[in-house]
Amino acid sequence: MINVALPKGRLGEKIYDVFEKAGYECPSIKETSRKLLFENAEKGVRYFWVKPSDVAIYVERGAADIGVCGKDILEEYSPAVYELCDLKTGNCRMAVAAKKGFYDDGNRTLKVATKFVNATKRYYAEKSREIDIIRLNGSIEVAPTLGLADVIVDIVETGTTLKENNLEVIETVFPISARLIANKASFKFKTQEIENLVEKVTALLD
Amino acid sequence: MSVGVLKGEEKIAFELRSLYKKYGYQPYKMSKFEEYDLYVNNKEFLLGDGVITFNDTDGRLLALKPDVTLSIIKNSVATAGKRKVYYNENVYRISGETKQFKEIAQAGLECVGDIDEYDVFETVYLAAASLAAISDNFVLDLSHAGILSATLEEIGAGGDFDKAYLRLLSEKNRHEAAALCEKYALSCEEKERLLTLLSVQGEAGKALEKLRPVCQGKAKEAFARLERLCKLLGVTEYADKFRIDFSVVNNRNYYDDVVFKGFVDGIYEGVLSGGRYDLLLRRMGKDEGAIGFAVNLDLLEGFKETRHRKDVDILLLYDENTPTLQLVRAVNALVKKGNSVSAQKTADGIRYKELVDMTGDKL
Repeated sequence: MINVALPKGRLGEKIYDVFEKAGYECPSIKETSRKLLFENAEKGVRYFWVKPSDVAIYVERGAADIGVCGKDILEEYSPAVYELCDLKTGNCRMAVAAKKGFYDDGNRTLKVATKFVNATKRYYAEKSREIDIIRLNGSIEVAPTLGLADVIVDIVETGTTLKENNLEVIETVFPISARLIANKASFKFKTQEIENLVEKVTALLD
Repeated sequence: MSVGVLKGEEKIAFELRSLYKKYGYQPYKMSKFEEYDLYVNNKEFLLGDGVITFNDTDGRLLALKPDVTLSIIKNSVATAGKRKVYYNENVYRISGETKQFKEIAQAGLECVGDIDEYDVFETVYLAAASLAAISDNFVLDLSHAGILSATLEEIGAGGDFDKAYLRLLSEKNRHEAAALCEKYALSCEEKERLLTLLSVQGEAGKALEKLRPVCQGKAKEAFARLERLCKLLGVTEYADKFRIDFSVVNNRNYYDDVVFKGFVDGIYEGVLSGGRYDLLLRRMGKDEGAIGFAVNLDLLEGFKETRHRKDVDILLLYDENTPTLQLVRAVNALVKKGNSVSAQKTADGIRYKELVDMTGDKL
């Protein structure tokens, strides 16, 4: 039995469809209910829906053998898991955005607002740029307009929210897509089952 | 003393001690504190840089030890032959999740001195035997820092590349490793070598055959050492438990030969890790070799154990009217029959199998 942690929401549903096509279906998952756990003993698979940012925790602590998680979460929390494949879904990017016409003269500390503190620190450390991190939990786009920050580091999908707040992308930090991750210990004892699943799923993506 | 009162991890710690003793390892007891300089000079050897420090009465800066190996090496006086020691100690490190200090119980062994092929075999064998003391269902992943170092050195793509590749190797992240090789414009052959190291895994015999063609130049010597070790391990009772897996990555500044990590089914992360770290000794000015491993006993807490449903077998209730002598006799009699007994004036919050009421006139 493989335990699979799926992120609640549109991305998770899309990924489940891929798993279903790969032969790991569990029809009860599509029934409208408040249930979070679904099992198909015949196919040897059990799915559960969790908050997207918690998938990596479930997998790292072995409650799930595998899971689907955005690259943003992996970069931010660096969980000790295997990253087995890029599911090429949920594509977007982590980007630096600023007010239109912003110019960073590099002369003073850059004020950066973000939810992704670790990934941001790492990015600017590699560039040896002195920054002042401002941790925010939402509505990050208003920070530059209100003078709270010079730039923001956030996930950008279409760029519409940025545009509506008079911001523009000035740098891409890293591309994001959904990744299939596995618990290191589970992978040792369910190698064949997990590898078969990865092979069937990736075959559908290519 | 009844062994039944020991918790699972305590029983295993006892078993490990007895195992290491059988192979001639001597107990090593160390002070809880160590000069802070030892850790500053070998910061990268520790997994993380958090150390609890304080000033001794004479002003020296001391640290609560975050690691056992460094202390053993530092205090080990070179003698002819080898020093084989085992330990059962607590170390203090920053926990990965909470970013707070945590006390971790470790058991392990170190073999220091004129290390040869037999010592390497014995250590890896004892690592497997340690895992077997925990569960029948375990695997011991073997990797080789010598093969990795020689391959990366030969390819010579630079420190940044090596760092990024080793991180991806530890994640089995083949897709990003392939992209990294392309970014650094490595040749097809170089890319193939690095991706093979990343994807080779499983039973030693087959894995070594896949590895052989990509282990060239200096890596060839290291490969031959790994192959000989696997051959020796193949004749032991744990032959089917050894796997080749290069996702076991330890710091190449310290490890230059076999490195390994042990997993037990049902425990979410590796419970044992170790390797040969001659380079650490050289950095400390010692012309010797060393190999060892540690078992993280904290991870074994509660393993295979079901939570006790009851606090005690018998709850003995008494009050101010109960004669103390009668109470003493009653408790002793019940304990002698093999029960656990708790004498209390109230039953609140205690889960018991049986109640003996000695309150009021119910004597």
